[in-house]
Amino acid sequence: MIPAPAFLSNPERFMAFSRWAAPMFGVTAVVLALAGLWLGFTAPEDYQQGDTVRIMFIHVPAAWLSMFVYVCLAVASFLALVFRHALADAAAQAAAPLGAAFTFLALVTGALWGRPMWGAWWVWDARLTSVLVLFLVYLAYIALRASLDDEAKAARAGAILALVGAVNLPVVKFSVDWWNTLHQGASVFRKQGPAMTNEFLWPLLLMGLAFMAAFGSLWLVGIRAQVWRRRAEAAALRAARG
Amino acid sequence: MLDLDAGKYAAFVWPAYGLTALVFLGMIVFTLRASARWRRKAQKDGE
Repeated sequence: MIPAPAFLSNPERFMAFSRWAAPMFGVTAVVLALAGLWLGFTAPEDYQQGDTVRIMFIHVPAAWLSMFVYVCLAVASFLALVFRHALADAAAQAAAPLGAAFTFLALVTGALWGRPMWGAWWVWDARLTSVLVLFLVYLAYIALRASLDDEAKAARAGAILALVGAVNLPVVKFSVDWWNTLHQGASVFRKQGPAMTNEFLWPLLLMGLAFMAAFGSLWLVGIRAQVWRRRAEAAALRAARG
Repeated sequence: MLDLDAGKYAAFVWPAYGLTALVFLGMIVFTLRASARWRRKAQKDGE
């Protein structure tokens, strides 16, 4: 059996940990976002893209988070499916709506960037289509969980769907390498180093960390809500049984 | 110097930032309200 950190395997310790960690991540997110926005709006216009380059500071972090949250959802689902760990299932359930929100944001801000740069709101290229599929998988996961009353069945079905959907992640990441796409290739995390100057790279990285910290905070609060929901439902069941 | 003038691209830049703010606001409100609701119910039912 894979040993889990104590705060992940014990709900009481998780509740004690998340009580201070959630607000700490929240404050960190605000500080990083303010610094990122300041640097982003003091950076010069891009020589080709003009002011639309500032959309990058929200579009790219949202796209990063859309995939990162799915990795969290898939890992939590795996732990819930294999070890039947209730807290891992709560983590998966709390991650899904946040992941859907980040993916929605990546799609819409991408359209708002694409229209002035490509002359189109949307094209059916491999990157955009695979991100749309990612969004639909999030929605399918949320709908599946909501449609089953039996908590154990919902957890198992949701975990299987999440793990099957993880096949789409490498497609999203490498679509720009495997196919000719209108969407540009990787410009930050690549072997040759970032393809942008520091005046754009720093605000982008700060905003990426801000989005990550915001997710960390909201995810912890979401898991706490799931723990309380399960406690409330268990108490209601005990009361009904007399 | 802070440059908030997006010129001819303002119609694309500001809706992108506005939508991002709205989505974050939605995530915060949704998560905190769910947390507060279930916490109250768990405490009430646990008594």
